[in-house]
Amino acid sequence: MSSLFEEIREPVAGDVPVRRVSITVNGVRRTADVEPRLLLAHLLRQGLGLTGTHTGCDTSNCGACTVLFDGKAIKSCTMLAVQADGHEVTTVEGLAGPSELHPIQEGFKDEHGLQCGFCTPGMMLAAKALLDENPNPTEDEVRWALSGNLCRCTGYQNIVKSVLWAAKKLQSQSAS
Amino acid sequence: MTQALDEIKIGGLGSSRKRVEDNRFIRGRGNYVDDIVLPGMLHMEILRSPLAHARIRSIDTSKAWEIPGVRLVLTGEMMATRNLAWMPTLSYDTQAVLATDKVRFQGQEVACVVADDPYIAKDACEAIVVDYEPLPVIVNPTQAMAEGAPLIRDDKENQHDNVVFDWQVGDKDATDRAFEQADLVSKLDLHYPRSHPSPIECCGSIADFNRATQKLTVYMTTQAPHIIRAAVALVAELPEHMIRIVSPDLGGGFGNKVPVYPGYVMSILASILTERPVKWIEDKTGNLISTGFGRDIYLHGELALRRDGKILGVRMHTTSDHGAFFSDAQPSKFKIGLMHSAFSCYDVPAAHLTARGTYTNKAPGGVAYRCSFRVTEAMFFQERMMQAAANDLGMDQAEFRRRNFVRDDDFPHRTPFGFLTDSGQYGKCLDVGLAAIGYADFLKQKEEATKHGRLLGIGISTMTEPLGAGNSREYDILGIKMFDSAELRVHMTGKAILRTGAKTQGQGHETTWAQIVAHELGIPAEDVTVEEGDTDTAPFGMGTYASRSTPVAGAAVAMVARKVRAKARKLAAHLLEVSEEDIEWELGRFYVRSSPDRGVTIQECAMAAYSNMPDGMEPGLENVAYYDPPNLTWPFGCYIATVEVDPQTGVWDVLNVVAVDDCGVRINPMIVEGQIMGGLTEAYAMASMQFITFDTQGNCIGSNYMDYLLPTAWETPGYELHEVVTPSPHHPIGAKGVGECATVGGPAAFVNAVMDAIKDTGVRNIDMPLLPDRVYEALTQRHDVSGAPPVRTDD
Amino acid sequence: MYPSRFRYEAPRSIDDAIALLRQGAGEAKVLAGGQSLVPLLKLRFAAPELLVDINNLPGLDYHRADPDGTIRIGALCRHAELERSTILATRQPTMAAAAPLIADPVVRNRGTLVGSLCHADPQGDWASVVTALGGHVVAQGANGRRNIPVAQFVTGPFQNVLAYDEIAVEAVIPAPKGTVAGGYLKLERRVGDFATAGTAVALEMSGAVVTRAGIALTGVGGSTIDAAEAAQALVGGPLTADSIAHAADLAAQAAQPRSDHRGSADYKRHIVRTFVERILTRVQPSTERAA
Repeated sequence: MSSLFEEIREPVAGDVPVRRVSITVNGVRRTADVEPRLLLAHLLRQGLGLTGTHTGCDTSNCGACTVLFDGKAIKSCTMLAVQADGHEVTTVEGLAGPSELHPIQEGFKDEHGLQCGFCTPGMMLAAKALLDENPNPTEDEVRWALSGNLCRCTGYQNIVKSVLWAAKKLQSQSAS
Repeated sequence: MTQALDEIKIGGLGSSRKRVEDNRFIRGRGNYVDDIVLPGMLHMEILRSPLAHARIRSIDTSKAWEIPGVRLVLTGEMMATRNLAWMPTLSYDTQAVLATDKVRFQGQEVACVVADDPYIAKDACEAIVVDYEPLPVIVNPTQAMAEGAPLIRDDKENQHDNVVFDWQVGDKDATDRAFEQADLVSKLDLHYPRSHPSPIECCGSIADFNRATQKLTVYMTTQAPHIIRAAVALVAELPEHMIRIVSPDLGGGFGNKVPVYPGYVMSILASILTERPVKWIEDKTGNLISTGFGRDIYLHGELALRRDGKILGVRMHTTSDHGAFFSDAQPSKFKIGLMHSAFSCYDVPAAHLTARGTYTNKAPGGVAYRCSFRVTEAMFFQERMMQAAANDLGMDQAEFRRRNFVRDDDFPHRTPFGFLTDSGQYGKCLDVGLAAIGYADFLKQKEEATKHGRLLGIGISTMTEPLGAGNSREYDILGIKMFDSAELRVHMTGKAILRTGAKTQGQGHETTWAQIVAHELGIPAEDVTVEEGDTDTAPFGMGTYASRSTPVAGAAVAMVARKVRAKARKLAAHLLEVSEEDIEWELGRFYVRSSPDRGVTIQECAMAAYSNMPDGMEPGLENVAYYDPPNLTWPFGCYIATVEVDPQTGVWDVLNVVAVDDCGVRINPMIVEGQIMGGLTEAYAMASMQFITFDTQGNCIGSNYMDYLLPTAWETPGYELHEVVTPSPHHPIGAKGVGECATVGGPAAFVNAVMDAIKDTGVRNIDMPLLPDRVYEALTQRHDVSGAPPVRTDD
Repeated sequence: MYPSRFRYEAPRSIDDAIALLRQGAGEAKVLAGGQSLVPLLKLRFAAPELLVDINNLPGLDYHRADPDGTIRIGALCRHAELERSTILATRQPTMAAAAPLIADPVVRNRGTLVGSLCHADPQGDWASVVTALGGHVVAQGANGRRNIPVAQFVTGPFQNVLAYDEIAVEAVIPAPKGTVAGGYLKLERRVGDFATAGTAVALEMSGAVVTRAGIALTGVGGSTIDAAEAAQALVGGPLTADSIAHAADLAAQAAQPRSDHRGSADYKRHIVRTFVERILTRVQPSTERAA
């Protein structure tokens, strides 16, 4: 990150220690100075401007902040940004390729797997983690894998269909 | 010969068109309030009261001011100097913005801090020292009405007790006579526990006051931006044209984002004082303990019955708990909302309802949580009473309902409480539902299972509900009539932009409104941009809640498109060089009646509106429509659930759920079904796990997602959906509201199913939520389990 | 949602970690999976002066079975690893049953068994499981390692016996003698809910005869309850309807539940009885076959 101009802020008394972290986010290495108490979700949102990662609760229940951390689904509100130093993070912004949508994204649109859209990024990343591990899940396996992510709008049935749609498409892609 | 466009192909009425808004949401490119960053923006955090009722002796903010990065600390005393310590509520009461004299519920706003980042603001909140003098706490209506109860609202003149209102409706004398003639009176006492809409996105705002222009812009999580603008103008005494409310993407609403909350007001004052944008994003605890809850009401209900199953009369008495301030967000003239829409689908000769509201030391702000106000409670009470009555009569629960339904040829029908229902095929919906669930087979299966000690149950819930306030005669908010609006501008190439006074929060307006335009004008839906939520650009409307978007704003969309079509017809006549009377319309095209091959498309008319209009015609092709519906719409729902109860643990599993919805003409069936499945899930949640309760000290149990439980994909049952279509006789395209039907009608289906499974115990009622321990208690102790789950510490 | 300030260190060796904890002088907290600690930080229920993040310590992310059947779980082994573990699936039914019931699937990718033991939440599932299995925690401090039986490791709600400069580096499940059987049942209202009540049952059998038994209870007391008397009642004989009912009764008596919004004390006690009975009844036919 470089800028032509960076404001020198008034020094904050108490000498707040910051740490330099270097995180590969969606394939791009990003470096930032962070206070240790900064949550990863807040670094992604406010620091890196990746606002597709949402925060919906204080208690690590809702999963709206789910991202992939070294390929595994984690709740980014329940990890400190400093802990991500040297690791790889994938957010919803990194799900699609340069030109086309990821089949999970297509599936959510095709099967009406979202309404307000707030839980959707986390839901899709949890689904991605599932399909990476289990390309041909049953409906129950999808429901189980998504049970760390809350949706208030859809009643889940269409989310499950969306993930199964994506699984099918991914399989036909890898077959051809 | 016709050259009409294929309506489904252009994404018109009945097309399950994929949603336009998804394109940004699936990419993480939604634009929710917390995603917005303004230059120089500060962050606000709120300090809340840990006590439910206490006098504030002092607030010391000096330590907070000393923390580097803190820009402003506000207390009630400082708000009071601006006359902003209190604000009016939507129910003509007052509500504290920041407490001055005392705190009246746990979580009440006591101070706020504005700082460079929210972490610092939170640090500073912790540094504020408040000296409280605890007062006795009231957590339910019984305590509120007890002799010598402490007065919660000692700030109000002429308020000498904790009663908010006493209200009644119906014909008492006729009802008394009906009960005298009854063969049997079926009685039931019920509690609908306090619940919370709890959208995953909490409330928040960014206030941006520009000293130079004197303009206040507020980005806000609101379902009703125009009402908010009116309220802000009132509260902050700012001129209306200098206020711009922008409601960007909303992460769900469900009624929670209708009221004006203290946080919004504080962020506005903070921005005025600091001359910087101030962002306030509520945390989940703040959302659950201080913003608009739903329900929290008790019923004593009685049905006067004839032996053959005919209902002769209904008596209802409700006692509602409104918390510390009467800030129900409801638009009706009726104190208890539309509670008296109960029994609208049944032919009941006489009915009488009395209602009492009380203040308690609990959060204020009753909202219409995914329903028209109090309709959810009305239909739950109705359908629980219907099941109990069927059992009391020894009659099949489906047959009992069928016998009392208003018949298809009896419309319009005046309900016992005075509503006018206009359409429906109630018996047919029930038949479709019973066939889908396999009613007769299930009853056999249930009987067989009983022999093996298994407990199966089936629950039915049928109801029609009033959706889509107004009409303006009976519905208003702060005097503003409940109409809605749409503005349509067709560009010269035949593409268009549509703006409405509603505000989508997941319902898919950007998709469906374009479909109505496609239906009316033949402009492909993909050629229509839909915008909502910005009071500087959208026409004035009352917003989205109470399933009113399609009934009111959706009707306005049809009406504005028709106005545009009327002008396009003149342009067509001009282009075709015939008189207007000789022009016919088919989808997308005007043609000459006598020579159907001669025609012009709507796009050609649009071009002419900018380039070739007849002499004397005003250029352009746009219009605005304000729509005041003649009546509410009356969708009908039939929800049937089957369950199995584990007799050893009280755990119940849902076996099947069938929903039959008659919401009239469906604009986008895919979206309608999405709404129904979402609604069923909230119904399941309320029946099974979702509730807020309080201990004797007024501590909120249910203040985060560890205690306030929303079901996950794992527990949530699957659904089978069916439809019956009875068009609304007055809506321009025959549509009725649907967003809330399943939430309204669903809970009783689940509860009735569990009660049916344990019918042999003789237990008449378990109040929601049907937690396993409550079911087990009923099963083993053979008594009703009533009231909110107690917060017990009996050891 | 916004933690208080703290110092943060992420040492690369266990010795450095221990030295940091020593510097912290009791004001330091160890951060492993963080799935309990970070929420506490966010709610400001915890505000340590120093966080010692042990995620960069090498060689702690294992779980394995020694040749003799001892199962060892390193401090950085995540719940998800245990959920997918073939070792547990084939050798340790009580752990295999519990692993998928910990929190929710996303949390399980991060949280650790050893961290859960250290957190000592009376609602913690692993503490019951490891108690029933007679496991112990290996603590490492400046003076080397010591083994602490899990039943003594937890001293109360959110309290353990670790010295402030000690790190729990491993949990150990001793090698069974004979065949193993057992299970874990948990009543939760939805995925991720804390247990209304949970029961862990672990048996070792020689033929049809129970040679060792452990029963421990979740969420029905100030901390994990070791229902030793109930377990002991099973030892020395085969599982019969009577012995099962007797053990289940004793387990229910051992519970010390409080009534709350998850259920009454009586109900929770009843669930303990029912679940112990259910696990043992499921075990019974297989042992009958084995006999």
